[in-house]
Amino acid sequence: MDNWLLPEYIEDVLPTEAARIEQLRRRLLDLFRSHGYQYVIPPMLEYLESLITGTGHDLDIATFKVVDQLTGRLMGVRADMTPQTARIDAHMLNNQGVTRLCYAGSVLRTKADGLAQTREPLQVGAELYGHAGVESDIEIQRLMIKALQATGIKDLHIDFSHVGIFGSLVKENKLSDALEQALYAALQSKDKSAVSQLAKGLDKAIHNALISLTDLNGDVSIIDQAEKILPATPVIQQALQDIRQVSNQLADLGVKVGFDLSELRGYHYHSGMVFAAYAHGCSGPLALGGRYDEVGSVFGRARCASGFSLDLRGVVLALPPAVLPKAIFAPLGNDLDLIAKIEALRHDGEIVIQELSGHEEHRGELNCDRKLEHYNSGWHVVKI
Amino acid sequence: MITIALSKGRIFEETTPLLAAAGIIPAEDPESSRKLILATNRYDVRLIIVRATDVPTYVQYGAADLGIAGKDVLDEHGGEGLYQPLDLQIAKCKMMVAVREDFDYLGAIRRGARLKVVTKYVKTAREHFAAKGMHVDLIKLYGSMELGPLVGLADAIVDLVSTGATLRANHLTAVEEVGDISSRLVANQASFKLNRTQLQPILHAFSTAITK
Repeated sequence: MDNWLLPEYIEDVLPTEAARIEQLRRRLLDLFRSHGYQYVIPPMLEYLESLITGTGHDLDIATFKVVDQLTGRLMGVRADMTPQTARIDAHMLNNQGVTRLCYAGSVLRTKADGLAQTREPLQVGAELYGHAGVESDIEIQRLMIKALQATGIKDLHIDFSHVGIFGSLVKENKLSDALEQALYAALQSKDKSAVSQLAKGLDKAIHNALISLTDLNGDVSIIDQAEKILPATPVIQQALQDIRQVSNQLADLGVKVGFDLSELRGYHYHSGMVFAAYAHGCSGPLALGGRYDEVGSVFGRARCASGFSLDLRGVVLALPPAVLPKAIFAPLGNDLDLIAKIEALRHDGEIVIQELSGHEEHRGELNCDRKLEHYNSGWHVVKI
Repeated sequence: MITIALSKGRIFEETTPLLAAAGIIPAEDPESSRKLILATNRYDVRLIIVRATDVPTYVQYGAADLGIAGKDVLDEHGGEGLYQPLDLQIAKCKMMVAVREDFDYLGAIRRGARLKVVTKYVKTAREHFAAKGMHVDLIKLYGSMELGPLVGLADAIVDLVSTGATLRANHLTAVEEVGDISSRLVANQASFKLNRTQLQPILHAFSTAITK
């Protein structure tokens, strides 16, 4: 029996990659810390209501469920740490001003997704609560870019959209829920013929606006186009102005910027600007983020919110293959000078492995490129 | 390098003029060549020849930037990770429910009978009958669906119909339309954003050629 086989899309991370993932995790958390983002550790599982309320159908489907033996209530294993962080902000911390939180941990998804096509992404993210203006969007976007750059990813492309544009078209024209859903799905896949079909019976102006959304993607010139084509509702005007302004503020980070107004990812819980980071050679986004001002309201306290997250297991796939750091081999023995030398090297960040008896033939497995040798009445590091 | 995935046969034949409009001429004919990767007259564009049902998968995972796939195939795939920006209006046909000429389909529905249906398009069929509130048992087949009702394997089939000649030859009759089918241009979402300057002219040429 292959009892040691793992379920589909669940995998071990072996030493070489695990070392790199952990190094990057620390680097990202240090980066967040230096920007004032406080680290939180939400639970692996909690009652389903608090885990997925207000986040839409997709997260419900993605969540593994178990019954709590103590209460008989349904619990979910977290599939996304963002709503948990929102709950912490709304009910645990109760700050009136701006709260900055960050997190890193495994989440479970019922279906494999993302770059790594895994059911257990390692989600790392940062969220900013309590500020409504574009300044906080910019802060989050800059942090996302710096985080990806800190992992070693080059030539980032940041893609912007704003769910308020479609939202405003739906609201102003009082479209039915069913039509909204169908249009949402068609716009997500830029299926112009489906959008055209669905919008057939609508006003000429809204019909054209919806169809034009499928084409409004490209560089900054499409914002000028959008201003001409889309109805000039206050929401749409503000949205276009915001994404134009925000994208201008990222120039110093050396990233390319693009816009795609039919991008409605997370439409059901995002409330404003949404953005994603792409890089050449990756078949999907490396990091996702956006504004979600309404999510806190299901916890009784609506707070403005903007944030991003990435899957570290996916991000490392975009990097060159990892290399396991080499160690220093130390012979068996309890010579005090030897012990002192080993501790000194370890203190300086070296990996020092002291031999255990009986495994002399297996030294090659220890991944050492240097060893400690005794000469001139002292211990010295020499190349193997 | 832009990679375009498409299948041999009708889709390839009807796509060739569109590719030509975009200035892309395949270096070889896939019907005579056994190569799976075809170079073109453009150094930055190549074609890969895959099974029709595999086109969305190649594009979804970024192994191809663009692909040409029938709506039948896309609906079965689900379209995850894909953009479907253009209806190419080629390889047109209909997805239909068909039964034996002597089978009373409407009567069976009225009686609330539970029908056995053979199809290659399980997802499409399931959604179609669910929307009608009909109970059906689906049996997946990979070809020659028309045989199903003739040998008592099923009451009905869900399949593509273009001229209806195969149905007539086997004494079947189409009783219900599931939907119009045509081929779509699909794009990998990340590639669509990252390679916009290379992809946009191709899309533009295709869409101009279609409306002509």
